[in-house]
Amino acid sequence: MSSPDLSKFAATSGTSGTPRIVFEDVEKRFGKNVVLNGLGFEVAKGERVTLIGPSGSGKTTILRLLMTLEELSGGYIYVDGEPLTHKKADNGKRTALRPKEVALIRRRIGMVFQQFNLFPNMSVIENIIEAPVHVLGQSKEEARSKAQSLLDQVGLGDRGDEHPTRLSGGQQQRVAIARALAMEPEILLLDEVTSALDPELVGDVLGVLRDVANTTDITMLLVTHEMQFARDVSHRVMMFDEGHIIEESAPDAMFSNPQHERTKKFLQAIL
Amino acid sequence: MHWDWSIARDALPVMLKAFFEVTLVVTVVASILSALLGLIWAIGLREMPGALSKVLAFVLSLLRNTPIPLQLLIAAYAIVQPTGWLSHTSSLAQYQHRLIIIGIVVFALQYSTYMAESYRGGIESIRSGQWEAATALSLPRRRTWQAVIVPQAMRAALPSLGNWAIAMFKDTPYLIAISVPEMVSQAQDIGGNNFSYIEVMTIAGLIFLVASYPTAILMRTLEKKLVY
Ligand SMILES: Nc1ncnc2c1ncn2[C@@H]1O[C@H](COP(=O)(O)OP(=O)(O)OP(=O)(O)O)[C@@H](O)[C@H]1O
Ligand SMILES: [Mg+2]
Repeated sequence: MSSPDLSKFAATSGTSGTPRIVFEDVEKRFGKNVVLNGLGFEVAKGERVTLIGPSGSGKTTILRLLMTLEELSGGYIYVDGEPLTHKKADNGKRTALRPKEVALIRRRIGMVFQQFNLFPNMSVIENIIEAPVHVLGQSKEEARSKAQSLLDQVGLGDRGDEHPTRLSGGQQQRVAIARALAMEPEILLLDEVTSALDPELVGDVLGVLRDVANTTDITMLLVTHEMQFARDVSHRVMMFDEGHIIEESAPDAMFSNPQHERTKKFLQAIL
Repeated sequence: MHWDWSIARDALPVMLKAFFEVTLVVTVVASILSALLGLIWAIGLREMPGALSKVLAFVLSLLRNTPIPLQLLIAAYAIVQPTGWLSHTSSLAQYQHRLIIIGIVVFALQYSTYMAESYRGGIESIRSGQWEAATALSLPRRRTWQAVIVPQAMRAALPSLGNWAIAMFKDTPYLIAISVPEMVSQAQDIGGNNFSYIEVMTIAGLIFLVASYPTAILMRTLEKKLVY
């Protein structure tokens, strides 16, 4: 795979200079199962990229590697030009970074999961302020008032004191989005965030995400089966098959005029 | 064999005193200690480097698989006695106090190994998504344990912890092995003096029975408090 020319997908602001994300020769194995092999791509600052592809093609694995939830088997990931988990030492050897170094860069990345993963032992507002207070060192008052405006933004301004288990799936996912945003991430990873929801609850969650896309310049990597949504918010779509990018283009081109045979089949099956 | 009310009347206050001053104190203090220690073991088993964690697991299984009376005897007479801490006492009361302390330590250690298992089950019942969410929020490991994992594990483990506390309560008569004046040994003394055991043993049984009710209620209240 040659490295893509990103200029044609340039996002609205601050896209020049160092890419936000670089995957370089990334390899991921689970035992003998080679999931990613020699994967390379770049994502510009403020760019929103949708990952599509058949089940098992490695989409989730890519997001989890960025979130440091999986260990890289080979290669490098850079965020703002800085190595995330491994770097090339001066002698050219690949060396793992210390957990403290990893933690510093990881802070710039947030993730929303398919299963929400809210903390059931905390109220909604406690879920949101936990990391701002204990990681960013915000005062409780400051974190609370920010959390409140995030809750207002996701349409749950009056639910802060409730326990997440009392909320519907769609509401829980909106809290999870607010919780991720409270860390003021530069990069937001969204892995099928509406797949676990009843169909009638999907709209609200996508609405919130459209709003985030329209009002912030957070770089987003999203995996979704909501093609209309992907078309509306993303600058670029990457089609994966067996861990490789087999096609990528702007969403309109991808969805109305796919080039690769596999892509055509895949899109036919889901559209 | 007949029932003598006057023995029962004389024995009751002495036995209640022993119950509150020894049996209950040992149970409550040792339960709290073992709940704390058990949590430390459970976290240690997961967080310590492989070799250390294996050593800890081995020590815990050693404790778990030896009988309490034997541990009491070893602690009192093989470990503490030679230090002179037991013999250099100014009064019988002080001597008994020290035996009680030894008893508390032994019960706390023994039951902490069981409670560690309860916590382990609780910790393992937490879905991996909770750990992953904590990582995604960059919570430090320590804070993840403190704010996310322990509260949830505690809730899952609580019924089992409560059962261990009640089991410990019923094990306190083992303190007879090192002559701690807990309730049943007092009953035995009174029974021996009067050549009649039926009254005192019945009372002892009743006290255990009655006392386990509030314990059960306390556990239920605690469980409700931890519901979310
Ligand atoms: N924890 C794991 N242990 C072993 N194998 C794994 C693990 N996670 C993923 N895999 C394997 O990695 C491959 C890619 O999985 P991944 O979840 O990234 O695919 P995906 O594109 O997200 O698929 P889907 O559309 O079904 O979510 C699959 O073959 C999967 O079996
Ligand atoms: Mg997936």
